[in-house]
Amino acid sequence: MKRTLPGFPLSFGFMMFYMSFIVFIPLIALVWYTMGIGWEAFWNAIFDPRLFAALRLSFSASFIAAIINGVFGLLIAWVLVRYDFFGKRIMDGMIDLPFALPTAVAGIALTSLYAENGWIGSLLAPLGIQVAFTPIGVTIALTFIGLPFVVRMVEPVLRSLDQETEEAAGLLGASPFTIFKTVLLPLLTPAILAGMTLAFARALGEYGSVVFIAGNIPMQTEIVPLLIMNKLEQFDYAGATAIATVMLALSFILLLGANILQWWLSRNLGQKVVDSSR
Amino acid sequence: MNTKTYKPLLIFIAFLFLTLFLLLPLLIIFIGAFSQGFGVFWHSITEPAARHAIFLTLLVVVVTVPLHTLFGLSAAWALTKYRFRGRQLLITLIEIPFAVSPVIAGLVFIILYGVNGFLGEWLLANNLQIIFAVPGIIFATMFVTLPFIARELIPLMEAQGSDAEEASLTLGAGGFRTFYHVTLPAIKWGLLYGVILCSARAIGEFGAVSVVSGRIRGATNTMPLHVEILYNEYQFAAAFSVALLMSLFAIFTIVIKQVVERKQQLG
Repeated sequence: MKRTLPGFPLSFGFMMFYMSFIVFIPLIALVWYTMGIGWEAFWNAIFDPRLFAALRLSFSASFIAAIINGVFGLLIAWVLVRYDFFGKRIMDGMIDLPFALPTAVAGIALTSLYAENGWIGSLLAPLGIQVAFTPIGVTIALTFIGLPFVVRMVEPVLRSLDQETEEAAGLLGASPFTIFKTVLLPLLTPAILAGMTLAFARALGEYGSVVFIAGNIPMQTEIVPLLIMNKLEQFDYAGATAIATVMLALSFILLLGANILQWWLSRNLGQKVVDSSR
Repeated sequence: MNTKTYKPLLIFIAFLFLTLFLLLPLLIIFIGAFSQGFGVFWHSITEPAARHAIFLTLLVVVVTVPLHTLFGLSAAWALTKYRFRGRQLLITLIEIPFAVSPVIAGLVFIILYGVNGFLGEWLLANNLQIIFAVPGIIFATMFVTLPFIARELIPLMEAQGSDAEEASLTLGAGGFRTFYHVTLPAIKWGLLYGVILCSARAIGEFGAVSVVSGRIRGATNTMPLHVEILYNEYQFAAAFSVALLMSLFAIFTIVIKQVVERKQQLG
């Protein structure tokens, strides 16, 4: 391609300067600082039963929330792509609410809803189920936060599929369940997984929507970002940066995984477009 | 595949799930805000501490969003109109803030600009305060919201190619004139949505801002922090009143997205 358009040095230069100033230099400073605290302080911060409990909660609640969003995200994407019904546009718009609503607002709304005297909490209390201030509450907040990812990832893939294969399978006598399992699911799995990975990564770092409903009981309902917050409030910068560096490494591995899935997806979808155009 | 039989059931499950997770939380904000009458709602959003929180939040938006718009346009121009090694990597790197916990986004600025941070002594010597002050809040918000406008524009400009720009240049228009008359009209709807989504996220940023703000009421409190304080003081009606203002902007964001998607389908 010809480089006839002007403005490359200006736009590229400004982009690099801006990203370095806002994102790269601060992140490098964090890793640099962690390297300066020494191995002993680092291990002391990492080998802490409270951190292990927080990691266990963060990972399990984020994982369960990602599974819930995988199942219901697929279902909602299916409904939005394949059916026409009253209220479809409202449903489509509502999906983006967790992206646009401030996390603290989501946090206090969910807490009020699921507290023992709340609309849903009061229905669950007689059954002996407590949601607010338990790991279930954490999972609900993380489900809210991750809701759009799978829907928005699966929708375009579902739309791009031609329905001939499904119809052929139906004509050959396959049941809807068999068609779903053998024809649709294999094609949709990468998109579902990519969406779930993004939802999981977002959930791991989430703070605002969780702190209100979690109750923040040490060893029980304390998530990792809150632990970093606690260390900061005690001016334990070494401890805070050590945990943050570990979290950062985990997040980048997840982002890499999601990117590989998306790359795989676009390559295979690209293939599909070529196939149907022949 | 004959899925007509399952249609009502699947639509019902989808609506039930979304009602539980999205509609009821939204509804409870509206009801909570007016639970003690319109007077309490009005007082909650006009009393001095609330007014200051609103002012500070708007200040953060007014600084952050125009700079991010400039960044988004530069990044999209540099990364879609030219081909070079590492282009794809840079597109991925723009999304890094999405992978970083907001709490860590706040922490990095404490490490850099805090009293014990790398630049702490220099800032102190020059009587500059960033952490526990407004500049820190702006930096933290900028970190978290950096990708929003760029990632709306990059796919749009990628799909658009650069033939129209090349034609415009051949016909003798300058670079900026070409950008203004050829590129901008083609991306304006995507840009509009990017700007509004970026504003919504800048208004609502909580974790990162909460780390660097120092939470001094009437000095470094943004709207989400103000909501947190009210909620923790059991002033639920007041908390939901301020929350409602932010929710209305979130709903506005979603409506704009729907409008923009329709415009892009038509054009």
